[in-house]
Amino acid sequence: MATVCSAGELPIKSQQDIVLGRQAVRRMAQQQGFSLVDQTKLVTAASELARNALTYGGGGELKWEMLVDGAKRGVRLVFEDHGPGIADIEQAMTDGWTSGHGLGLGLTGARRLVNEFELQSTVGVGTRVTIARWK
Amino acid sequence: MDRIPILRMGEFLLVTLQVDMHDQLALRLQDDLTHMIQAKSAKGVLIDISALEMVDSFMGRMIGDISGMARILDARTVLVGMQPAVAITLVELGLSLPGVDTALNVERGVQLLKRALA
Repeated sequence: MATVCSAGELPIKSQQDIVLGRQAVRRMAQQQGFSLVDQTKLVTAASELARNALTYGGGGELKWEMLVDGAKRGVRLVFEDHGPGIADIEQAMTDGWTSGHGLGLGLTGARRLVNEFELQSTVGVGTRVTIARWK
Repeated sequence: MDRIPILRMGEFLLVTLQVDMHDQLALRLQDDLTHMIQAKSAKGVLIDISALEMVDSFMGRMIGDISGMARILDARTVLVGMQPAVAITLVELGLSLPGVDTALNVERGVQLLKRALA
């Protein structure tokens, strides 16, 4: 069972917050001893999801946890927004599908870049995406 | 507001993307660069991303868009200096930048443009 060794929360309210969030996630991945490629994958996934939360969810929070599970070390990130939610999750998880002006790679691409991915969404309440990457 | 500087190198333009641009800055670059291509009759654009530690789908799209806009304005775009970790991540993300020429560094990018225009 994974133990949380530290945790915190960051706002996703502006474009600048996306930049700050990326930098914070990079530091967490470095601190957990991730390789450069693994750091880059986690930071890129975080950037996609933070932008989604801002663009489609009108902003929200990034909750982070640094995890230890025996010899394994990981980072778990939860992106929460209080936007309109996703009516058709299956459609949203299709490569190339976009409700806006993006490439439709945000959700599906982010899923490919991490070890754990969970999407929960309720129409009218908001969306929560949880990802984790292990060293 | 901040701007990304665009340098003139002979008949080419050089843009060096710095670490962690916010989205608005990236969008403004499209504007500035297309104007500059027209004003300077530039035949080629080099986009140096060696300082970027990550490229997500938004930036990837922006780079692809710039390349397309430049092509319509009769200028070739070469993306130079991508770090290996960024390349691995981009392909896994699903973004292989079709239609964008790449070179390992600025020098090779210039060679590529010169050959293409010869």
